Amino acid sequence: MKIGLITLEKRAAPSPIMAVMVPVVSVFMALLVGAIFLKITGREPLPIYFEMFSRAFGTRYGLSETIVKSIPLMLAGLGVAVAFRMQLWNIGGEGQLFMGAFAATWVALSFPDQAAYLLLPLMFFAGCAGGAVWGLLPAIPRAYMGVNEIITTLMLNYVAILWVEYLVYGPWKDPHGYNFPLTAKFTAGAILPTMGDSRIHAGLLFGLTIAVVLWVVFNRTKWGYEVRVIGDSPGAARFAGMNIPRNILVVMAVSGAICGLAGMAEVSGLMHRLQPGFSPGYGYTAIIIAWLAKLNPLAIVLVAFLFGGLQVGGYIVQTTGVPATMVAMLQGSVLFFILGGDILLRYRLRWRRSPDSGAPGKGVGA
Amino acid sequence: MGAEFLVQLKGITKRFPGVVANHQVDLTLMPGEIHALLGENGSGKSTLMSVLTGLYRPDEGEVFIGGQRVQFRSPHDAIKAGVGMVHQHFKLVDTFTVAQNVILGDRRVPFVPSMSEIEDQIERISSGYGLAVNPRAYVWQLSVGEKQRVEIVKMLYRGCSVLILDEPTAVLTIQESRQLFANIREMAAQGRTVVVITHKLHEVMEIADRVTVLRRGEAVATFKRGGFTERDLALAMVGRDVVSQVEKPPAVQKDVVLELQDVYALNNLGRLGLRSISLTVRGGEILGIAGVAGNGQRELSEVVTGLRPALRGRIQVDGTDVTGEGPRGFIDRGVAHVPEDRLGAGLVPGLNAVDNLILKEYRRKMARGPFLDRRGAESNALELIGRFGVRLSSLYNPVKFMSGGNLQRLLLAREISSEPRLIVAVYPVRGLDIAATEAVHRLLLEQRAQGTAILLISEDLDEIFKLSDRIAVLFEGAVTGVLPATGADAEEIGLLMMGSRKMEEQAV
Ligand SMILES: Nc1ncnc2c1ncn2[C@@H]1O[C@H](COP(=O)(O)OP(=O)(O)OP(=O)(O)O)[C@@H](O)[C@H]1O
Ligand SMILES: [Mg+2]
Repeated sequence: MKIGLITLEKRAAPSPIMAVMVPVVSVFMALLVGAIFLKITGREPLPIYFEMFSRAFGTRYGLSETIVKSIPLMLAGLGVAVAFRMQLWNIGGEGQLFMGAFAATWVALSFPDQAAYLLLPLMFFAGCAGGAVWGLLPAIPRAYMGVNEIITTLMLNYVAILWVEYLVYGPWKDPHGYNFPLTAKFTAGAILPTMGDSRIHAGLLFGLTIAVVLWVVFNRTKWGYEVRVIGDSPGAARFAGMNIPRNILVVMAVSGAICGLAGMAEVSGLMHRLQPGFSPGYGYTAIIIAWLAKLNPLAIVLVAFLFGGLQVGGYIVQTTGVPATMVAMLQGSVLFFILGGDILLRYRLRWRRSPDSGAPGKGVGA
Repeated sequence: MGAEFLVQLKGITKRFPGVVANHQVDLTLMPGEIHALLGENGSGKSTLMSVLTGLYRPDEGEVFIGGQRVQFRSPHDAIKAGVGMVHQHFKLVDTFTVAQNVILGDRRVPFVPSMSEIEDQIERISSGYGLAVNPRAYVWQLSVGEKQRVEIVKMLYRGCSVLILDEPTAVLTIQESRQLFANIREMAAQGRTVVVITHKLHEVMEIADRVTVLRRGEAVATFKRGGFTERDLALAMVGRDVVSQVEKPPAVQKDVVLELQDVYALNNLGRLGLRSISLTVRGGEILGIAGVAGNGQRELSEVVTGLRPALRGRIQVDGTDVTGEGPRGFIDRGVAHVPEDRLGAGLVPGLNAVDNLILKEYRRKMARGPFLDRRGAESNALELIGRFGVRLSSLYNPVKFMSGGNLQRLLLAREISSEPRLIVAVYPVRGLDIAATEAVHRLLLEQRAQGTAILLISEDLDEIFKLSDRIAVLFEGAVTGVLPATGADAEEIGLLMMGSRKMEEQAV
């Protein structure tokens, strides 16, 4: 591949130093680009950045909000990473999240008088089951007929989102809600406990626990090994007697269940009701998070935290007059540079020494 | 710089983390010559040619083509300059047709190509060289030999005048090899330069105008036609004389381990690939399957390892009926398999050696409940790598970076170490150097001595004669005869391979 005077050359194996440097440099470059735009629109970038970071990570309130934001990102990121590990491209995290929220809400609304110790576990499992079913739907045609899961998982997102909208605009609308498209507020038994007086809820524990469990599962268990082998070489997996269709079902179910749990945690821990648009695309951002973390569950926790901070920092600086689009742009350029920087992991840049030394000699034509 | 050289490599050094694959290698190629490249497994042959074709950048050294210094950034550049390579591990897209694969990545092809025109062109090129390929077939339907022909046609289609073939005959039948050599000679006569990497000394003797020998990354000798003997080559390659003596003690007959009764199976094209196969293999016995490749070998090996269902008939292992079971059932009954396609089936390319060595045992010996025994896996890997002489730069590199011969050793190490009842070995020494071939043969005979039943599929009659106790011949998916190896003559087997049935010996 050639770009002007620079050429890209494939590396045999990515170098470990680069693996650390690339994300760091990428974030720096993204901030630089953001700074240029801030400057153009007549604002001083440094104070704004300082504001953003100190508010998102430096204050008690900001930090707790960052964590709150990171919970659904973390859970959904872990969820889609499970599928990605087996090279199943589950783009349906968003839909699975909505179905998890739907199922958990159904439990909460159906048994309003139950105590928390009964209701919460029930909602937990309902959330997982809702997401799992939504993950399984595209997994079945994929496992037995080879139907591409990218399209099916994506399409099911819309189905799930519209289904939830139908419910909150229709049968589940709170009769005392002044006609707003919301369900009734959950009863006390259906609400996840929070930490102190902050909004950080027990969903964080779900996320951290699942991250550790997944790390162990991926790296230390027989099943994690099977997933790796199937993902890398279905031929070898068959050779070793692994059941590929069954694993596709299991992996997609687990992937969907964790995404569903993200939805359950949002409604039970934060919203305390179901409402449309409760997810600003967590299921999609999760895909990016999983990739940036190289599918490493522990790294997903960290990256989700950073993304949470980016969003919170963004909200906060909006109060100082920075437009919201600016924040979205900044997030976009972080991604852009990290994904671009990824190329540097796999390729080496070479400057051409002289303009013509790159020409592949004169052909020796037949 | 001599203008008489078409290609000149000067002082090429290429290092990989932990190994020096090439060290200060000089090599010249003349127009119209057939140049053999010889060397043990891991001696750096593939690496050197990958440097020439722009896949790797040399750390030191220079490449000249037609007297001009070139720096290829990619195989594309090399092909544009007329240098093309057919790799040991093919780089074809299974779900594409032959024609689609041939034009894949070819920048001369218009955005909306006329496939029928291209197919005609491919047919012209391939028939011109006797390389039978059907441009409309899908690659997944092809045998390994056919895939190779597609790769060669691909390079010819792009008009390469320097063609590098990395161990081309390793996947060909004797007849096909002969045909290929005729093609190579034809290409050379027309002024193309052909580099052939091989481990077979007799092939070097037969075809090479010149031969360069690599040893541990260095070019140790270059000989001209007529100026060397097989012994010279072996000496240069290994650094000492190789004693080619494997002893085969008389077989100690044990119970029947594998029994096939009237087995039928489909091939990948959905036609009958195996017809009415009845065979037995006893413990302590090697049954050699001879035959021209493509006559049911692949189907047979897959049927007796559970990878391909039998349409009809019965398969028994140690007296248990295993018909209809999948690979796991066969593995659990002690059936080991050294498959034809190493990187596609036998090994997981992206995983490291430790993980690859537990592929068969991860559910049993290498497991602690639901967990993997990591430490056990590691010490297992170290032990096997030592015992089987696998050379690798690190336990933790993906195995796809290992040399072809070492991949095979790794695979054999895993399969043999599982203490199998039956070993199904398909072309087990393909791509191995002399020393490694001897080692593998010795390992198989050791297994035989320990009472393991061995089904050996090979297109190399010498290998079959050397190892087998009995020989079965496959032709068009059916067994045309089974005869004891002692006293069998090549003539007779040759006839059976062509389809003449041996009536009197149908039993057994
Ligand atoms: N991409 C790579 N990364 C790391 N090591 C490599 C890579 N390619 C080759 N090697 C190492 O370089 C050495 C030479 O390998 P090469 O494939 O050139 O050998 P070869 O002569 O072709 O052997 P064979 O006959 O077995 O094919 C080996 O030790 C191999 O493990
Ligand atoms: Mg090689």
